Amino acid sequence: MGSKRANEELPVIAHFEVRRRNYLAPDGSIDRPLPAFATDARLLVELYRSMVLLRLFDRKAVALQRTGRLGTYAVSLGQEAVSVGIASAMREDDVLLPSYRDNGALLWRGVKPEEILLFWGGDERGNHFSGPRHDFPFCVPVGSQAPHAAGVAYALKLRKEPRVAVCLFGDGATSKGDVYEAMNFAGVHKLPLVFVATNNQWAISVPLRLQTGAETLAQKAIAAGFSGEQVDGSDVAAMCAAAEEAIAAARDGKGPHFIEAVTYRLGDHTTSDDASRYRSADAVQAHWKEEPVARLRSYLVGRKMWTKADEEQLAAECHQRIEAAVECYLKTPPRRAETIFDNLYAELPEAYAEQRRELAGEDDA
Amino acid sequence: MPEVTLVEAINLALGRAMADDPDVVVLGEDVGVNGGVFRATVGLQERFGPERVLDTPLAELLISGLCVGMAAQGLKPVGEIQFMGFIYPCLDQLVNHASRMRNRTQGRLTCPMVLRTPHGAGIRAPEHHSESTEAMLAHIPGLRVVMPSSPERAYGLLLAAIRDPDPVVFLEPTRLYRAAKGEVDDNGEALPLDLAFILREGRDVTLISWGAMLKETMAAADALADEGIAAEVIDLATLKPYDENTVLGSVAKTGRCVIVHEAAHTGGFGAEIAALIAERGLSSLLAPVTRVTGYDTVVPMARLEQRYMPSVGRIVTAARKACQYN
Repeated sequence: MGSKRANEELPVIAHFEVRRRNYLAPDGSIDRPLPAFATDARLLVELYRSMVLLRLFDRKAVALQRTGRLGTYAVSLGQEAVSVGIASAMREDDVLLPSYRDNGALLWRGVKPEEILLFWGGDERGNHFSGPRHDFPFCVPVGSQAPHAAGVAYALKLRKEPRVAVCLFGDGATSKGDVYEAMNFAGVHKLPLVFVATNNQWAISVPLRLQTGAETLAQKAIAAGFSGEQVDGSDVAAMCAAAEEAIAAARDGKGPHFIEAVTYRLGDHTTSDDASRYRSADAVQAHWKEEPVARLRSYLVGRKMWTKADEEQLAAECHQRIEAAVECYLKTPPRRAETIFDNLYAELPEAYAEQRRELAGEDDA
Repeated sequence: MPEVTLVEAINLALGRAMADDPDVVVLGEDVGVNGGVFRATVGLQERFGPERVLDTPLAELLISGLCVGMAAQGLKPVGEIQFMGFIYPCLDQLVNHASRMRNRTQGRLTCPMVLRTPHGAGIRAPEHHSESTEAMLAHIPGLRVVMPSSPERAYGLLLAAIRDPDPVVFLEPTRLYRAAKGEVDDNGEALPLDLAFILREGRDVTLISWGAMLKETMAAADALADEGIAAEVIDLATLKPYDENTVLGSVAKTGRCVIVHEAAHTGGFGAEIAALIAERGLSSLLAPVTRVTGYDTVVPMARLEQRYMPSVGRIVTAARKACQYN
């Protein structure tokens, strides 16, 4: 461009770069030497087990939805490595702020599958979960949990607690002011906060190219004054390593970091969506070659860390755990209608007592 | 007791709350060194430091969202929005998060935050600086909406709002910030939320108002007294949840009710009170309930704003009409 040439003599005042991290190639071979933690087979196996559990749990949840026993549900198919990898790098007292597709992180952190089913089955008690009490519930309005994460991280820093907030959202959320306002504030105060954008290429039907003109989502961090990196989001070792480094640095007072996890949403947006309306089966099929579960399995099997017998045993264990969760969920009776008043305020104001009595009376009559 | 302005009373309450409780933090645009555009936070940063009195980036959504995150972590944030006309980016946070955090987590996480903002016209401010859209906020389940009208109530209600375990939107009357003066004992005593205040007793007609309009409403009561009409004046003070009993009790006594608010007529909070009286106080009515309100127009800019706001004359006329009705 003419104007660019004309400006060539002006000094360059800033340089930025965005790096991309990956270790495992799609076929499970090694692209780049794995980080130190990966020499511990137990951790890799644990990550694998969690991704398989998540995939099988999703499958069951969809089956429940299709048979009228669960509400709308969002599967993680193809992006299991992101939520599981990130959560694996967190300490229990760190604070998770998940989006609605981050079941993997919740399960890793101790939320019971029956509690997740209860939530998607339409019962608020699912958010009153067994995971860390300070973790946030799923955020349904896109990206609006990012300012909460900044508030949480500010509180942690104010109290000089060595804890970190981790905020997960999707590529669509990076188009929202909420996310940028939070990133901007995190940059100003060097907050202990790690942003993770799961770039699965789709915001329901809108592809990434209509979401942003930027080359990467990671570079959005640069404008907010901190570092961002792109990670192969289907490589759980890369997700885990990126998260560990970012969380450790944040804990150390080095400020926020942004992880763009590049992956692919192999499933529909939710059970209410039909992705065949806006993308071809062929395009999706190509991405099945990259998916994280088979990738890690290939690696583990190739290294003799995992056998067919292990796989069968894992499938049986997952099946048992999921069936038990489903049974528990389906057996949980709905709460009494008038309890919708009970956590509205710390104490129900007198003004609403009559409404509560009226609702209770309908059931008692 | 020293006499202070309403904005000084706000400042006293903030200082008291911060001194009493290290979890209280104040955040907003220009609240630090500058002490707030209305000086409500003046001196606080010097006393409590820039970590607890922080100047945020110029982003209202952020301010409200930060409050939610801080509150869920156990802080007691008090956010300031410079004018009510700029509160709208916060609505998503108030509706979707602040007001329902306790409910959607069944009490696991809570949201003890306060969002303060000045409301109302009458200070010849620029466009978008004269809003009074409290009814919009009072419609949100899980919130509290508080609107003080005097220094004493501003002090006591703000302390109550900060100590309250749930989110409170605290709307301060811009044109009374310095016009309203009164004695305030900085003793740390809160006033009760959810209760209306009877500012003046009378047997003939009940005048109900809140926030900045109390000034005109009280003046109207004086004028009515000259005509031999004894008006009872209620400052509703908390709109969400509001004190139905005081409203109904007063109307049961007077049989006549005029509701005064600065906000636009249709869907204003006066409609809620009129409906309450229709539902539960009809038999005591001697005249139709009437509303004296702003018009169903955009709040006009400075040259016409006085014509928009309910005048003492309009209130007196409405009350007189109610008393003459038969």
